[in-house]
Amino acid sequence: MDYCPHTADDIAQMQSVIGISSLDELFADIPEKFRLKQIPDIPAAISEQETVSIMGDIAGKNKLPQFTLTGAGAYHHFIPAVVGHITGRAEFYTAYTPYQSEISQGMLQAIYEYQTMIAHLTGTEIANASMYDGASAMAEAAVLCAKMSSRTKIIVARSVHPEYRKVLQTYSWANGYTVVELPYAPSGQVDLNVLQTQLDDQVAAVLMQSPNFFGAIEDIAQVADAVHKKGALLVAGFTDGTSLGILQPAGVAGADFVVGEGQSFGNPLNYGGPYLGIFAAREKFMRRIPGRLVGATVDKDGRRGFVLTLQTREQHIRREKATSNICSNEALCALAAGVYLAALGKNLKRLAELNIYKTQYLKNKLLGLAGWKEVFSAPVYNEFVLNCPGVKKINEKLKNEGITGGYELQKDYPELENSLLFCATEMISKENIDKVIAILK
Amino acid sequence: MQLIFEISRPGRCSADIPVSDVPAVNIEDEISNKYLRNELDLPEVAEIDLIRHYTNLSRRNFGVDLGFYPLGSCTMKYNPKVNENVAALPGFTGLHPYADTEYAQGNLQLIYEMQKYLCGIFGMEEFTIQPAAGAHGELTGVMMIKKYFEKKGRKRRVILIPDAAHGTNPASSALCGFEVVELRSNTEGGVDIEHLQSLMTEDVAALMLTNPNTLGLFERNIEKVAAIVHEKGGLLYGDGANANAFMGKTRPGDLGFDVIQLNLHKTFSTPHGGGGPGSGPVGVGKALVDFLPVPRVVKTDDKYDWSENFPDTIGRVRSFYGNFNVIVKAYTYIRSLGAEGLKRATEMAVLNANYIKEKLKPYFDLPYDRICMHECVFSGNRQVTQSGVHTSDIAKKLIDYGYHPPTIYFPLIVHEAIMIEPTETESKETLDVFCDAMMAIAKEAKENPEGVKCAPVTTPVRRLDEVLAARKPDVCWKRS
Amino acid sequence: MSKKNPQDRLYSTDHEWVKNNGDGTIIVGITDYAQEMLTDIVFVDLPEIGRKVVKKATVAVVESVKSVSDIYSPVSGEVIDVNTTLEETPELINQDAFGEGWIVKMRLSDESELGMLLSADGYEEMLKEEKS
Repeated sequence: MDYCPHTADDIAQMQSVIGISSLDELFADIPEKFRLKQIPDIPAAISEQETVSIMGDIAGKNKLPQFTLTGAGAYHHFIPAVVGHITGRAEFYTAYTPYQSEISQGMLQAIYEYQTMIAHLTGTEIANASMYDGASAMAEAAVLCAKMSSRTKIIVARSVHPEYRKVLQTYSWANGYTVVELPYAPSGQVDLNVLQTQLDDQVAAVLMQSPNFFGAIEDIAQVADAVHKKGALLVAGFTDGTSLGILQPAGVAGADFVVGEGQSFGNPLNYGGPYLGIFAAREKFMRRIPGRLVGATVDKDGRRGFVLTLQTREQHIRREKATSNICSNEALCALAAGVYLAALGKNLKRLAELNIYKTQYLKNKLLGLAGWKEVFSAPVYNEFVLNCPGVKKINEKLKNEGITGGYELQKDYPELENSLLFCATEMISKENIDKVIAILK
Repeated sequence: MQLIFEISRPGRCSADIPVSDVPAVNIEDEISNKYLRNELDLPEVAEIDLIRHYTNLSRRNFGVDLGFYPLGSCTMKYNPKVNENVAALPGFTGLHPYADTEYAQGNLQLIYEMQKYLCGIFGMEEFTIQPAAGAHGELTGVMMIKKYFEKKGRKRRVILIPDAAHGTNPASSALCGFEVVELRSNTEGGVDIEHLQSLMTEDVAALMLTNPNTLGLFERNIEKVAAIVHEKGGLLYGDGANANAFMGKTRPGDLGFDVIQLNLHKTFSTPHGGGGPGSGPVGVGKALVDFLPVPRVVKTDDKYDWSENFPDTIGRVRSFYGNFNVIVKAYTYIRSLGAEGLKRATEMAVLNANYIKEKLKPYFDLPYDRICMHECVFSGNRQVTQSGVHTSDIAKKLIDYGYHPPTIYFPLIVHEAIMIEPTETESKETLDVFCDAMMAIAKEAKENPEGVKCAPVTTPVRRLDEVLAARKPDVCWKRS
Repeated sequence: MSKKNPQDRLYSTDHEWVKNNGDGTIIVGITDYAQEMLTDIVFVDLPEIGRKVVKKATVAVVESVKSVSDIYSPVSGEVIDVNTTLEETPELINQDAFGEGWIVKMRLSDESELGMLLSADGYEEMLKEEKS
């Protein structure tokens, strides 16, 4: 399949205008010894029909489980039909970054609306137009805090998603910052006492997550208090945005930056990407935050319109003085999120409640099995950790029935080697849960 | 047009929630009140109004599917629809990233093969698909360079970057703690070899080069440039944003590049999505393989798996694996086109750019009059001096002719720059009509400059007050 | 056309003006030529009072829609006052660069540094050379 419209005639005419007699002349600047005859290792071209067949075969080599009890940073939520129909409109998905505002009012307004909804959900005043994912959003927030304060120590709770902590390590190493990990208390939440001892005047930021990786809901206000007393900033993250339908947002509780993963808002699991980095902050940081920002303004006739604003923060203007190098973001995923949030509206609360009902049902049923024990005492949203007799055997049994079980914690938390992290969203039915219990009895 | 909040009415809703089939729970019993939010202020709209709102928004947006989009450096080529269909297959969209790898063999095979194809196309040893965009790839590449020298026990402080480079280049370097030193271009638009010679020391970790450069010109002295850098033990970084100019013709790996980043949403036809998602795979030569981010796909016999067993890795640059669904589209594109198709894409892209260059050069100043690659750069200087019509005015007038304007004011080294990249998927007729429009604008700029300066007049909004937007930023709607 | 550069000031090669109050303190702003080059100013990042700067260090940052410019301190000293009206109305620099658009007041740490600055005529010479 080939998408070039050129006929032999076209090529001949165009060559004549350019003043060349063969296409090779266009590549004369390439030194002879570096000219390629043929790209190696690529299968021959195929028709569209064969493409569909071959790609179908590859997709067919995957196996979708009946349902999954794993969350751990990516969540199976129901996506209303409207989302795909809007993001599938070519005017949106085949457009580029809305630098030419007059012909991009559609995307600009949609993103302005998204920014507004995210700011409200997170309890902050500003949200940018997206980052790559929750992990890099959190890392970039940490880097920004360090650059603004000229302090070089970053404290991160161990209850933050392991991959987020790894990304933070990479970004911190690149910038020469030190990362200190904060242990969790028996409740599963941040150990406030240890935090107090770690906070000194070298700490730029403290990073936490709520609900955290164990599903535990954190007391953000308490942590914010302690952090601010030492002149540091608080970055609070989340991995399942639907939790914001019911939980007190970190911004209201005192966080300076609220970052997280927006995949739950209308984006499929997609085997890990593309996802959606959410980045929100207090108003005073508006001129420092990374990423694109859509602002409302008026045109010369007084009509309301939207533009990318405060671009002087960004790489194309600040260049080596920019606090981030982000250029392309996850705009279409943000559009999906905006449509999703507009579609759910206040029902986001009911969705969150439903997640809680399912989770409590699953948790109680599992605790009814012999040898299963609670690990943490903190309240949870839609994920929880349980100590189980034979973690591998349990997941194996479930796998044999085509069910993906809980997430094994020992890889990232060796002290929790006998525990599993479970998630129950609205996509898990009572029947599913009863079946799991029957299998594991 | 109203905002979604302005058409919201209490009690309306689009998405309904199923009735619970498990017992309800008293939320305040499970979760203390202090953890619960007080209000949830999201739009309340009926589905028909929701659909109309966003559909009407889309009609105020311009995409490649509507018309010619010659944005230089962005490679706005046609996004094949078969790629969209394939990427929507449940097998690709439905798997959780932590699914048992036994369930994900199709995905892993795709990633593994994609990396192999990219190695073949670009002459590199290995690739990573983790970075989410070109800039993210640049950061990853610079991090690997940093680790390379750390491992050698030699800290090098500087990265050289040409004055014509994209802003992400110096930004990425600074973010890894490097000092950025600017390298001059010569009068032909290539690297000033003497300047490079004088700047290249054993304190320089790398030269970041875009080839062809942001002027659309192939670096004629690439062999010498690579030699100068390597001779002092430095590394050559290639910004692969302009890869559409050389697929099947030459390979960065062969030219001496040690690391390159690509933009799948440019060269490999995946949609730009209004600003993203993209994907920025990074390819490396032997010297940097050990430092690639983890996890990496490994193949044992016929089975694929993820492995983190690479002790010298820079670590992770994002969660999970990469913008997988974007990679599915790019993979489909590569399979569909094959080696011949990729080469033809490059040939037609370069043909189209040179055709436009020849047709427009009597009307606009052409700073570098030589064979260009996939994009050509003009200057609006003549129009500015003649009648005060700026490049931005020309761009806005093109909107009234039904086009998305080319890239303007970039690269910085060309005054009033206009960068035109047609891509290979445009027909001769499209290019002819575009050139006619540009010629008409050049004429109008001379004879009736006001007519150009007031553009656009055919759009839903006129020129917007960017100064107001920056002085009094309003980035979040507030209920009055 | 830029406004005339007042004779009662001194100028730096980075397009800043300095007004000597005669009591060990000075006022600093940018010239009318500079504000013209920057076009519409949208934001001024002012330093904290008490900040000590050495000559040529960045003392403030001025942003327009399309660019960012560091304002380099023409002399060494301590910031004793900043023009807070610029926070609400940064356009004052465009409207009245030599008057209401002043940026910082400083206490000099080394009066002799004033001798290295240009007079109004010297600054105009420099501009003429730059343009050619």
